[in-house]
Amino acid sequence: MNTATAEQTNENANHYAIQSKKLNLWYGAFQALFDIDLDIKSGIITSLIGPSGCGKSTFLRSINRINERLGYVRIEGGIHVHKQNIYADDVELIQVRKQIGMVFQRPNPLPATIKENILFGHKLHMKDKSYSSADYDDIVESSLRQVLLWDKVKDKLNHKAISLSLEEQQKLCIARLLPVKPNVLLMDEPCSALDPKGTAAVEELIWELRGEYSILMVTHNMAQARRASDECIFMLMGKVVEHQKTDDLFVVPKCKETADYIEGRYG
Amino acid sequence: MSVESMSVEAMPVENKLTESLFAESQLNVKNKKIQSLYRVLFLMMTLLLILPVLIILGTLIVKGGSMISIDFLFTDPINGMTEGGIFPALLGTVWLVSLALLISVPLGIAAAIYLSEYASENWFTRAINLAIINLAGVPSIVHALFGVGAFVMFFGFGTSIMAASLTLAIMTLPVVIVSTREALQAVPHAFREACWNMGATRWQTIRRVVLPNAVSGILTGVILEVSRTTGETAPIMFTGAAFFLPFLPQSVFDQTMALSLHLFVVSTQVPNVPESLPYAVALVLIGMVLLMNSVSIAFRMYLRGKKKW
Repeated sequence: MNTATAEQTNENANHYAIQSKKLNLWYGAFQALFDIDLDIKSGIITSLIGPSGCGKSTFLRSINRINERLGYVRIEGGIHVHKQNIYADDVELIQVRKQIGMVFQRPNPLPATIKENILFGHKLHMKDKSYSSADYDDIVESSLRQVLLWDKVKDKLNHKAISLSLEEQQKLCIARLLPVKPNVLLMDEPCSALDPKGTAAVEELIWELRGEYSILMVTHNMAQARRASDECIFMLMGKVVEHQKTDDLFVVPKCKETADYIEGRYG
Repeated sequence: MSVESMSVEAMPVENKLTESLFAESQLNVKNKKIQSLYRVLFLMMTLLLILPVLIILGTLIVKGGSMISIDFLFTDPINGMTEGGIFPALLGTVWLVSLALLISVPLGIAAAIYLSEYASENWFTRAINLAIINLAGVPSIVHALFGVGAFVMFFGFGTSIMAASLTLAIMTLPVVIVSTREALQAVPHAFREACWNMGATRWQTIRRVVLPNAVSGILTGVILEVSRTTGETAPIMFTGAAFFLPFLPQSVFDQTMALSLHLFVVSTQVPNVPESLPYAVALVLIGMVLLMNSVSIAFRMYLRGKKKW
């Protein structure tokens, strides 16, 4: 590659939050991902759809490297987050987890108060600076405001997080990622444990975070992908089939597999 | 357009039972009888279990209860241990048990944290687990002999509180490890995941989330272990507990009397002991154990109430 094209690539790379290059992943002898090449743009919401077992969660989990904890996972190829290879040797896992926040299917607040939940990550990563209790209050308020939860919980910050409804717990789980200022938010079916009202509320919140964070969301719910994402990736059997603007993917899919899937012929 | 014309037409299914569809059948009656039979059977088994406990406690209270008094607890035995109190033995047991736990609890908790939170599943951890299980199964008399060889002779502590407590500590260690590990593993994995995904190190996760939520389970295990250690006789018999001592121990390198051994002595080794004395000693011993068990249960209930999930 000559210098001109290299610069060109770098130029383009500025727009991308997550870039995977020929990513292959094995669970033991089973290959779960095949040559995943994706450029996921920054600042927008990208959804990841596909039938069960297509590798969408596996891909998501390899972006903050939590798959590795299983021990028998092998990876080839690389993932770049904001141009930096997160699988490079000098990468500190703790920084990866800090920069790339993750939200799970089931809300998993810590067994502590609402306030402690919000400050947990912050206290882990900002220990070297000193903060007054007023600073902490500000952090709690702004995080909860960003997830549209402040008005509901401002009078019960010292209540246990588990006393909240599932919807509120999920919002709290998103809120607690924000104080450490992550670049990317990964969401693994963030609404599938919620009722329609909760789903709508969380989708609204995700939409609010758009622009400030790059969001990649795995979802089982095609309607959700359609209404709550800018771009959409369709995966099948460990491969990327199609990556398009959401509107286009659902209206004029390029591949037959995509068309069949979104019309509900299988999956 | 009527609804009828829109919907899928039903297909008639023939009713295969001539009698009423939901009436009780012969088989139902039979199964119900069997089910109540088993219920009664299992209830009897449960009662059978409680019975010995009640009989033991009842006998001890009836035969030895009258001897128990503040004086009995806090004076020395006199006249060849046929009269007087049990103070040296009571104090000795407290010494032995406290020192044993002071050694085994920190060690055991640290080992359990390693095994539960850090160790990966490989031949090494499997070997350690096997060793712990085997250690728990070693008869107490073998521990006693090991204690004599290792602590009394090799380390040169002599027959002393130190040697006896170390022997007891080694005996309690596997149980402390196992119960702590269980308490740690009872903390939902999702909490650890949540921490790790926010970039917490293993130690931060353990310190801030796992331990605070496992502490009630750990303490329960420890206190139950206290009550078991209190009653042990064999391991201390050769390593530090004395038949009779006319003085209280001055340091951990002295011998001491102990309740469990004292009970053995007054019931089998000393002539002319009034009948109620052994019962009274046994009652104090059991009372101590029950007291500690109740403390453990109360504590667990208190901490459960505070638990945050």
